[in-house]
Amino acid sequence: MELCDHSAAELGRKLRGKEISAKEIAGSVLKRIEEKDKQYNAFITVTDELALKQAEEVDKKISNNENLSPLAGIPVAIKDNICTEGIATTCGSKILEGYIPPYNSTAVQNLINDGALVIGKTNLDQFGMGSSTENSHFGPTKNPHNPEYVPGGSSGGSATAVSLGETILAIGTDTGGSVRMPAAFCGIVGMKPTYGRISRYGVVAYASSLDQIGGFGRNVEDTVLLLDSICSYDKNDSTSANLPKPDFHSSLKPDLKNIKIGLPKEYFVEGIDTRIKEKILAAVKLLEENGAEVHEVFLPHTKYAISTYYLIATAEASSNLARFDGVRFGYRAKEDVTDLTTMYEKTRSEGFGKEVIRRIMLGSYVLSAGYYDAYYLKAQKVRALIQHDLESAFEKVDCIIAPVTPTLPFKIGEKNEDPLQMYLEDIFTVSLNLAGLPGISLNCGYVNEFPVGFQIIGKAFDETTILNTAFAYEQLHSNNK
Amino acid sequence: MDYDVIIGFEIHAELKTATKLFCDCEVTYGAPQNTHICPLCTGQPGSLPVLNKKAVEFCVRAGLAMNCSINKYSLFARKNYFYPDLPKGYQISQYELPLCENGYIIINGDDGEAYPVGIKRIHLEEDAGKLVHSSQSISSSEYSLADYNRSGIPLIEIVTDHTTNPIRSVKEARNYLEKIRQILRYIEVSDCAIEKGQFRCDVNISLKKKGSPSYGNRAEIKNMTSFKFVSEALEYEIKRQSKLLNEGKKIAQETRLYNEEKKITLPMRSKEDAPDYRYFPDPDLIELELEKEFIDGIRKTNPVLPDELLNLITEKYKVSQEDAYLLTRNKAVANFFTECAPHSDDNKKLARWIINNLLKHLDENSLTIESINIEPKDFASLINLIVKGEVTDRVGKTVLEEIIASGKSPEVIIDAKGLKPIEDTKELNKFVDDAFSAHPEVVEQIQSGETKAINVLIGQVMRSSKGKANANKLRELILERIKKE
Repeated sequence: MELCDHSAAELGRKLRGKEISAKEIAGSVLKRIEEKDKQYNAFITVTDELALKQAEEVDKKISNNENLSPLAGIPVAIKDNICTEGIATTCGSKILEGYIPPYNSTAVQNLINDGALVIGKTNLDQFGMGSSTENSHFGPTKNPHNPEYVPGGSSGGSATAVSLGETILAIGTDTGGSVRMPAAFCGIVGMKPTYGRISRYGVVAYASSLDQIGGFGRNVEDTVLLLDSICSYDKNDSTSANLPKPDFHSSLKPDLKNIKIGLPKEYFVEGIDTRIKEKILAAVKLLEENGAEVHEVFLPHTKYAISTYYLIATAEASSNLARFDGVRFGYRAKEDVTDLTTMYEKTRSEGFGKEVIRRIMLGSYVLSAGYYDAYYLKAQKVRALIQHDLESAFEKVDCIIAPVTPTLPFKIGEKNEDPLQMYLEDIFTVSLNLAGLPGISLNCGYVNEFPVGFQIIGKAFDETTILNTAFAYEQLHSNNK
Repeated sequence: MDYDVIIGFEIHAELKTATKLFCDCEVTYGAPQNTHICPLCTGQPGSLPVLNKKAVEFCVRAGLAMNCSINKYSLFARKNYFYPDLPKGYQISQYELPLCENGYIIINGDDGEAYPVGIKRIHLEEDAGKLVHSSQSISSSEYSLADYNRSGIPLIEIVTDHTTNPIRSVKEARNYLEKIRQILRYIEVSDCAIEKGQFRCDVNISLKKKGSPSYGNRAEIKNMTSFKFVSEALEYEIKRQSKLLNEGKKIAQETRLYNEEKKITLPMRSKEDAPDYRYFPDPDLIELELEKEFIDGIRKTNPVLPDELLNLITEKYKVSQEDAYLLTRNKAVANFFTECAPHSDDNKKLARWIINNLLKHLDENSLTIESINIEPKDFASLINLIVKGEVTDRVGKTVLEEIIASGKSPEVIIDAKGLKPIEDTKELNKFVDDAFSAHPEVVEQIQSGETKAINVLIGQVMRSSKGKANANKLRELILERIKKE
């Protein structure tokens, strides 16, 4: 076992005990990247020089016996749709060719302030649009458990990198499941906190009312350490919640006493792979045996979630992505450009990937005069119903357990030509984004070599309950193995 | 054939907040290109808007001044279109639920009565950047340069209500524009400097046969940059539309541009080509909820309005309606009057003197009332001296110039320069003697009944006495002498 295979918590202890240096940690993950990333393609940019320089600073602080935050010296990879000052941020798209942000996103700034090592920028479906990390201008990322399969998406690069030991922690974005889903496919922990808990400032917007940064770790405690750094109120984001945030790490305890778990009937019916269903029900049983109460809950509007999500997300995307116009930054078409309109058309046709163009067109249509009421407005109404479903369920229970995906990881190329089939991968994850609720995805076993994940969904701004439930499950599950 | 005219406006006024609408960049004019920009106002990926509270306050202030109801809840919406001066590919504006709705402003109607023109809405939005083309237009240019200093400066858009007391003539249109600008300046939310692009408007016009209930299609003329052009374009449109209607033709609903050189309007795009802006609520900004205290606070501190000041001046200070109107055109002038008035013995004279002499002097010397150093008390004293006959009108003008130049009080200036009027009969008679012997023909004219000719003699004495002769006394003396002769 090399340093890069250790947990963040453990590395932190060793670092403080002066058993190891931050530079050694950085060296270890960089070596792993060197060994593995040609094959798995988790990174678009590796910032080795920056990481080593940051490591030196941390080591200096350690030798001066200065106070260190828990993430000091811990490598963190950043999904490449999150702005990093002076480091190319591509969103996995040709259209951002050569773009170097002039500022840091708030989440990245928090990580830097806490002494985390920025190890690189990870691969993704362009602008977060996809569920497989195949829609990238920089080629697909491979599943760490079988490189012929997808790692899930859109934050597949971050999940794969964490899983392979190419980094210790990573952040991603979750608009419809893009953190939780790859966490499940890669067998790690992925958490999307409540909408508003983490500033979106510096996240290249896909769908602003749904986008939320999330964190990846190889266990619950690591993920919690990461969240404690990136969750903060930010006056630069008007949708950021100005609410007190508990210290997740110090309140973390494997406590199932009086926990009421809801199982949504609608999530365990047709369409879900029975092998996944079995694993999840086994997980629920384990929790029940150890003190949790299980209740059935009803989320009757679940069947509308995917349609609602794709109407709202694409509408917002069509507007959010208008700024990629070739005027001020990124790619600009040069050949056969005769006037302004051709410049726009060619730049955007050549710069954006197929899936992005599909969603922009869909979203433009949804917002068009004469269709707005029938699509966008109606979707907003259904969104309120879905929110209401969840609120009602949470009157009875403290958290809800659900699958993350209906299928196991699929082969690269298998679904990419069938967008509707691909969209269905998000069926269990999008409701949370529509309702803005927190959810954590964690492993509950394997089918063949492929990990199976499940998610624990919480009330708004009550991350502690789901983190403690997940923490309890993780310990029970590892004892059970 | 005779037609009724209906005119509507969309006015854009730039607010004079210290910073832009959604970022901390300074609001500037004429600064070097792209020196007041940030990730937000250049549309960098990942940047997010944060609403400027002051701009909301200014918009509400305008709404209250124009008798609007203020929406407790309002929404910001995205107006989507592509243009290089629009960095995000959309403008953050308001669509449903603007800040202010359903107001009116009073203008002088064509019938001479006060006429309340309906205001449909006033909303807040951001300005775009500025393009400089290497040639006439973007399509004919080899290149165009973009300056984003202006991008994100707050604007309010004031839209008239077609259904409630619309504007009925070119003259009313002009009165409306002037009144809007006057109000915005009075409440200190915008300088409305047209040459700086701080006040721009689109105007629309439609005609109907007198007595007919329905109006024809509207033509909208975009991007008007001066009041004069608005009047010219409207005059042209009335001619163009009535000619078409007389010929039994229909008016196309379209957007037109005014050609300032040819003084005509030309079609820009038809209704069918009107862009679909795909408005939707901006998900980056939460619903704006205004506290009652916030609105009440603005109501309480909203500066005095032109009509209020005009009423004060006519009612309390008994100045004529016409003079009060002239005084209140500029708030600083009106304030100067009200500051002088408590020290003045004759407010009518005071008003006349400000209008005829002070404003004229400022105008001729390209000065503003704010830029000159004159104490209201001193100005009032000067008028009092003139009223009492202690200084003549003509000398008064010289004293005024001297006050402005030196800042000294009129008494000091009059003493130092020996400008007291000549009251002494003996001394005056010397001047009269001279005038009589110099102009015997005028004396004859007066004697033969042309009494008006007496002014020639008075003028002569005024010139020779450097304006110091007491005019009333002088007249008496001349008349006396004529009788004697």
